[in-house]
Amino acid sequence: MRAAVNFIAGLIFGLGLLISGMANPAKVQNFLDLAGTFDPSLILVMFGAVVVTLIGYRFVLRRPRPLLAERFLVPTLKDFDGRLVIGAGLFGIGWGLSGFCPGPAITSLLLLAKGTFIFVPAMLVGIGLARILTQASLPAGRVIPAASSED
Amino acid sequence: MVTEFTPIASMLGGILVGISAVMLMAFNGRIAGISGIVGRLLPPYAGGDVGGAASFILGLLAAPLVYAAATGAPFAQNVSGNAALMAGAGVLVGFGAGLGGGCTSGHGVCGIARLSPRSLVATAIFMATGFATVFVMRHVVGG
Repeated sequence: MRAAVNFIAGLIFGLGLLISGMANPAKVQNFLDLAGTFDPSLILVMFGAVVVTLIGYRFVLRRPRPLLAERFLVPTLKDFDGRLVIGAGLFGIGWGLSGFCPGPAITSLLLLAKGTFIFVPAMLVGIGLARILTQASLPAGRVIPAASSED
Repeated sequence: MVTEFTPIASMLGGILVGISAVMLMAFNGRIAGISGIVGRLLPPYAGGDVGGAASFILGLLAAPLVYAAATGAPFAQNVSGNAALMAGAGVLVGFGAGLGGGCTSGHGVCGIARLSPRSLVATAIFMATGFATVFVMRHVVGG
């Protein structure tokens, strides 16, 4: 049941990235190219996704618990810190250079482009490096809840 | 390379992404953040529910096959074949998402939908550096 629900959610997410055109890095880079071949499509993808999620979360989070888990794991961090700012800044540079972010890159794997086969392993290395760095710099004994460290 | 503005298809695709995000919260109680879901498949597996994360990724991987079967043609995309560029960009995206606690889906969709100030700031920052990067790449360096 759980595997089926997650598989279907992943399939719907991936189809959304394909139908919206966001799995095409050229389209994402054109959104980011205000001074050139600007394509505003990405903002409509975000709009559609945010509105559905905002309304859906309102109903879902009113329930006592999720249907297949013990509790809701919603990020609780509130403060801005250097990690958020630097992390988001570096993320945007990589996103602009390639036109890929994690979802579209993984969805693209079976489209068999050479660049995707380079990007995805490099991305996994990057995630691993960030994990090593953040865990090494944590004060001893402090535990970051899983849902708040990575959302 | 010019791409066509696709308001209807893009809004529809965004709605599908939103439906998926609501499903994950309703069933698993989790945010649909792809960098976080991928991270759960890497050791030391501290995020939990490795099986759920793996199933979700399998669904993502299957999407282009279903798309091709439904439309009769594979999804057309333009991916840079510049190995050094894609390797550097991949490390930056992974490292940045890991350090910043999320990516375009976790911050840009789920976080904004939760009206999280951190996610609003993160999204504004990665959009800004994304705009700046493409500007430099296409209009300063590339021309």
